[in-house]
Amino acid sequence: MKIHNTRGGRVFDAANYVFLSLVGIITLLPFIYVLAGSFANEAEITRRAFFVWPEQFTLSAYEYIFSTPAFTKALVTTVLVTLVGTLIQLILTVTMAYPLAKKNLRGRKLIMSLEVFAMVFSGGMIPTFLLVKDLGLLNTYWALILPAAINPFSLIIIKNFFQELPDELEESAKMDGATEIGILWRILLPLSKPVLATFALFYAVGIWNDFMSPLLYLSDNNMWTLQMYLRQVTAASDLLGTGNVDPSYIPPEQGIKFAVIVVATLPILIFYPFLQKHFAKGMLIGSVKG
Amino acid sequence: MTAPVVEAKASERVAAKPPAPRRRRGFAVHFAHYKWLYLLLLPGVLYFAVFRYGPMYGVSIAFKDYVPFLGVNGSPWVGVTNFTDFFANPDFPRLLGNTLILAFLNLGIAFPLTIILALLLNEVRLSVLKRTVQTLVYIPHFLSWTIVASLSFLLFALDIGPLFQFVNGLFGTNVDILSDPNWFRPLIVLQEIWKNTGWGTIIFLAALATVDQDQYEAAIIDGAGRFRRVWHITLPGIRSTIIVMLILAIGQMLNTGFEQIYLMTNALNRSVADVFDTYVYFVGITQGAYSYSTAVGLFKSLVGIVLIFGTNWLSKRFNQSGLF
Repeated sequence: MKIHNTRGGRVFDAANYVFLSLVGIITLLPFIYVLAGSFANEAEITRRAFFVWPEQFTLSAYEYIFSTPAFTKALVTTVLVTLVGTLIQLILTVTMAYPLAKKNLRGRKLIMSLEVFAMVFSGGMIPTFLLVKDLGLLNTYWALILPAAINPFSLIIIKNFFQELPDELEESAKMDGATEIGILWRILLPLSKPVLATFALFYAVGIWNDFMSPLLYLSDNNMWTLQMYLRQVTAASDLLGTGNVDPSYIPPEQGIKFAVIVVATLPILIFYPFLQKHFAKGMLIGSVKG
Repeated sequence: MTAPVVEAKASERVAAKPPAPRRRRGFAVHFAHYKWLYLLLLPGVLYFAVFRYGPMYGVSIAFKDYVPFLGVNGSPWVGVTNFTDFFANPDFPRLLGNTLILAFLNLGIAFPLTIILALLLNEVRLSVLKRTVQTLVYIPHFLSWTIVASLSFLLFALDIGPLFQFVNGLFGTNVDILSDPNWFRPLIVLQEIWKNTGWGTIIFLAALATVDQDQYEAAIIDGAGRFRRVWHITLPGIRSTIIVMLILAIGQMLNTGFEQIYLMTNALNRSVADVFDTYVYFVGITQGAYSYSTAVGLFKSLVGIVLIFGTNWLSKRFNQSGLF
């Protein structure tokens, strides 16, 4: 269809393009400022209100944080918890989704409705905290992984995905003598690689970004994750009146705040193109068929 | 190899129909046949039993006087005392007010902005521009609230933050935006807009793509301009999506995002910052009033469920379209 554009239409288009470009740039500006600030010296950060390019490049903020044991420990911890947590979420979700995708498995409907109910109603913060406490998981990294080990929404999406794979694949594998687990491992998993990769990325982002679980379950500040460390560094000032900050802590210099934000953001930005390639598709499949 | 499997399946189908006694034997056969599948199901079922239904059982302490030493089962029942205490507490109207004001600000500002941004993106015919803007505005959604809060702390930092100077210059004031109670709500809404408006357009853009293109051609022939086409075709075309998203948003009204509010709360803005979610944390976790805070949390989720069913019922009554 060819739309004949009027004069007013052209003016609108031009204004719209300018406006949307501005929206995109404004979204990006805080990152650019923080990135520039992380390479600038203290004097420049305090002196210049806003800049996207430092006058003098310096790596001192990065040198400082990477020589701080509290920071490097938080970083390594977060990477490990993210990797292990993502793997556990994937395994639990796939092993549960596969049997639930079998239409003739008895008890399937009951389990599905209990699962949907758990999406609508949850016990809430305090009962979950007490459960984690009673299980002896407080101040363990399991507390960051297990309470949210299966996301009910992604379970449903992966289950639906398995259901839509052609039955013939399984039938022929069964004829060749494959067991159910063999079918899952050798046939379904290779076919669902892209889908599972997408979910793995989403899980990893979720764990990496999680602030509430470490806040609730890790009172020992030697165990802190990167998000907790970031909170400590950027909010450590006279403002803090909400507790959970080590009182012996000396507020860091400005540049360090910038550098820690960059380190906490970078992995997300690196994986973002891969996420973006899939999420629109994945989200839509989920919302239409979930 | 094939024949027995097929036979087993056929016999189950028959076994599924007759009354109880035979069905039980049928289940044993079924179970034996699918034992590997049930084994695979086990970890997931255990997860739901422990970490999803466990806390639901634990909600019973809202009606008890929970003593850690006695546990959930051993603690004495106290009826609805925790609830009546909460409703009588002067904190209650303050929390309700703070929560509702933030919810309405988000509904009234962030929600329409999402639709407007989606409409503007939908009008772009230069696909490079459209894709670039989309790529940029989706990014903040994937950042943690800790990062968003930290960025705010830097941008609005007392005296040296770029936006501190800009905003104070704009209003001719000299206040610490991060701790001034008057600035708490604008900051929260601003963060919400920056983080989630772009991401929120995805669902509306998907709905916009399904609007019948023939209608536009007909409208052009009838002489309708850009704005009239948007008003009479595009908006009605995505009405049901808007209603569904609105119902979901209203159902989530009392969930003010714990992490965001917690991170932006400080000693000076507590009067406007306290909402149900953070109150449960402060009273429950930091002060140890487990039963009382569980009651507050339960009240909040029950109101949420009433809201979502209520709006669904209303929208069905007036528009014949609802969520379920």
